[in-house]
Amino acid sequence: MDAKPRFRLVPMPVQSALLFVVWLLMNNTLAVGHIFLAATLAFTIPLLVNGLQNPQPTVRKPLLALRYFLLVLMDIVIANMQVAVLILGPLKKMQPGFVAVPLDINQNLPITLLASTVSLTPGTVSCDVSEDKRWLYIHALNLVDEQALIHSIKTRYEAPLKEIFGC
Amino acid sequence: MNWIELILSFFVLLGGLFMLIGSIGLARLPDFYMRLHAPTKATTLGVGSLLIASMLFFSIKNSMFSIHEILITIFLFITAPVSAHMMAKAALHVDTDTLERTQGVEAHKAATAGGNPPAKADLVNKQKGSEN
Repeated sequence: MDAKPRFRLVPMPVQSALLFVVWLLMNNTLAVGHIFLAATLAFTIPLLVNGLQNPQPTVRKPLLALRYFLLVLMDIVIANMQVAVLILGPLKKMQPGFVAVPLDINQNLPITLLASTVSLTPGTVSCDVSEDKRWLYIHALNLVDEQALIHSIKTRYEAPLKEIFGC
Repeated sequence: MNWIELILSFFVLLGGLFMLIGSIGLARLPDFYMRLHAPTKATTLGVGSLLIASMLFFSIKNSMFSIHEILITIFLFITAPVSAHMMAKAALHVDTDTLERTQGVEAHKAATAGGNPPAKADLVNKQKGSEN
């Protein structure tokens, strides 16, 4: 935030739009009354909470972000199948393991997104981030090749995130 | 109406199947960290399929788009990894027992220690070694 916060009528346009859409979705309607209510909420709530925001990196490349979203969605489906097969298969063969992934991104929002992506995608759950935000600890359900796993996380998920947020 | 019912039952069954697999995983897997995988993964697709079915059913029944199920999906996708992360973090904090054959002991130790990995030098060396 600026040193001297200046008043803006719509301080958080993206969040306002999101609030508007989510309100209408929640009520599952397009009635005039609800549209009016949604507009009122989308207008007033950002005015009230604007001062509480932490500065976050902004999305620089929305198209790439959309592509990333679709990629993750597809990977979630694949991950589910793989984990289902692993769960039903012989447990003795499973080789669980911890991996420390070195991070190139250092801001909270991209790291959160990366950690969530890792949790949702094939056979890995993010466990912790080191205090200096340079390592992401993950647990793999079936760790075959540690270096290959680190490499795939870094190229498949981290690199696009880095590009999207331009950091 | 017949083919729609077919599609609906397919999604409902698929959803049920994945939820069942998730629960089986929860019961069957041997240690805490492995058990964590079942609910974060198998369940997301399970609930996802059920929600697709619900979306289709109500859209056709009321002949009006019913898409507020999308919200549930989004909330689920946001909360599932976060809760899994918090549980894993808590487990690391209290140093929950892991399966004996768990690999990556230095990473686990470093994660348990919380801050900077004490074995960071080892890890860096290991990575350098593999790159060379």
